[in-house]
Amino acid sequence: MSAALLTDLTIFILALLVGIEVIGKVPATLHTPLMSATNAIHGIVLVGALLIGVTAHTTVGYILAFVASLFAGANVVGGTVVTGRMLKMFRRKAPEAQPELESLNGHKGLKGLAGRIGIGRAQS
Amino acid sequence: MTGFTGDVGFAGYIQLVYVLTAVLFVVGLHQMNSPATARRGNQVATTGMIIAVIATFVLLIHAGTVTTTGWIVIIAGALIGSGVGLYAARTIKMTAMPQLVSAFNSVGGGAAALVAIYGYYEAESHAAGVLGSTTVFTVLDVLIGSVTFSGSIIAAGKLQGFIPGQPLIFKGGRLLNIALAVIAVGTGVFLFTTASLPAMGILVVASLGFGVMMVLPIGGADMPVVISLLNAFTGTAVAMAGFVIGNWALIVAGALVGASGSILTKLMADAMNRSLTNIIVGGFGTGDTAAAIGGPVDASVRSIAADDAAIQLAYASKVVIVPGYGLAAAQAQHGVAELAKVLEEHGVEVSYAIHPVAGRMPGHMNVLLAEANVPYPQLVEMDEINPEFPRTDVALVIGANDVTNPAARRPGNEISGMPILNVDQAKSIIVVKRSMGHGYAGLENELYFDPKTSMYFSDAKKAMTEMTSAVKTLVG
Repeated sequence: MSAALLTDLTIFILALLVGIEVIGKVPATLHTPLMSATNAIHGIVLVGALLIGVTAHTTVGYILAFVASLFAGANVVGGTVVTGRMLKMFRRKAPEAQPELESLNGHKGLKGLAGRIGIGRAQS
Repeated sequence: MTGFTGDVGFAGYIQLVYVLTAVLFVVGLHQMNSPATARRGNQVATTGMIIAVIATFVLLIHAGTVTTTGWIVIIAGALIGSGVGLYAARTIKMTAMPQLVSAFNSVGGGAAALVAIYGYYEAESHAAGVLGSTTVFTVLDVLIGSVTFSGSIIAAGKLQGFIPGQPLIFKGGRLLNIALAVIAVGTGVFLFTTASLPAMGILVVASLGFGVMMVLPIGGADMPVVISLLNAFTGTAVAMAGFVIGNWALIVAGALVGASGSILTKLMADAMNRSLTNIIVGGFGTGDTAAAIGGPVDASVRSIAADDAAIQLAYASKVVIVPGYGLAAAQAQHGVAELAKVLEEHGVEVSYAIHPVAGRMPGHMNVLLAEANVPYPQLVEMDEINPEFPRTDVALVIGANDVTNPAARRPGNEISGMPILNVDQAKSIIVVKRSMGHGYAGLENELYFDPKTSMYFSDAKKAMTEMTSAVKTLVG
């Protein structure tokens, strides 16, 4: 076994342990964003795809490098953006009323009710 | 393209940058442990990714061996890919997230396999026989990456609906599956000892075939497990690619994703009360066992109108909403959020009981409800909400079935031992359902025959509109 392989294996095993430790703490609420985030993280294969470019100089090599870069690029950018999009939706409180909801709340009945039982928007 | 030996030189410094990337990935994932910090976590991980890509370009420029065509090819590939990914990420509906995650698993696994295939091809065509000690990883990378690539396409197809969601089983399918696995593994072992491009081709084809055959017989409701498993596969494939090219960023990232996917796979399988083998081999929900269980035929159910449901809800002090995939399928998540809002404004305490397998991927229901502006503190996990049911006035079950069936507590049926939401302990239960149809397990739900249960037969979206306006009329 070469020294390089030994190092690589050590890193791999330690990273696995770190992964189990860190991921185990993620609550079920965030499992979809978590999977999406790890999805983006395995997009690091883009680095591998780019490194193919160092030695490619045949048609087959170029095609493989192109497809690998294409796949990895879609993976990394798409994964990152969609994870961000999802996480933006997680809010501690309901967001301030949007214009359409505002008009809905403007109805006398509901607003009056909310006022009566003291759970008006001002509190939330 | 191998690990470093001797003086590491310039590439060594780049490797250090990759270590920084790995650290940022770990820190980013760590911040995913709370919704409050998760966004920052994603940004931290993204920063790590950007640093790694920049470092790689620096390395390529420094190496000076990249041909002009090489530059065009990798940059064009990465840019076009990024554009496609960006477009998909921006336009995808949240209900379709599982498909997108599957698609990213697919391309990630595919790219990982291509890295090894390319390395092998180059070594073979230019320096015959020089394969080094990385061959084991090359074979594993190609095998796992190819299985992930084709398997994830099938999974995405099933979720999107262009491949039928029900288990596709045909005569000899299982035999073909085993044959493909044997060929793939056999060729792989052969490749350890003998360098052969055709053998590599056979490995790729057999692995691709195995991926297809592995996912085809799995039913739509098992998708949370399948996606998690394929996610773990992708991670592993990327880690193997890291071994092949001696890159620590790939090794660490792959290990992290592999660990994450494995944990989620286990969580999902446990929540369905099924072993992984059982899911992969199939046979559940395929129709061969479903008919064996008969429901209480003579029992009758009580149906309820919107006005009565509204009275129950409006005069409750604590309502727990139990959403299932049926809710998402009917696009009723905004409707239910609106109903909850009206009830809350009336002083009713509302929370949501989320079963781990609600939806088509782990945690899917939480995202769907978050999109409908439900604040995350209201989304309560199964173990936390179950003790709450005895003091719940109304449990409102929408589009969930098997996960509420008390039969799971008894031995001797399809779902025995499956962790369920203790909906039957609530003071009263309203079930919104289109018909008396069975759930995925093909089992009659005993909850529906409980004297405390009222059935509201309607489409979930329509039901939410009707109930909301009934509540508004009542309390307005």
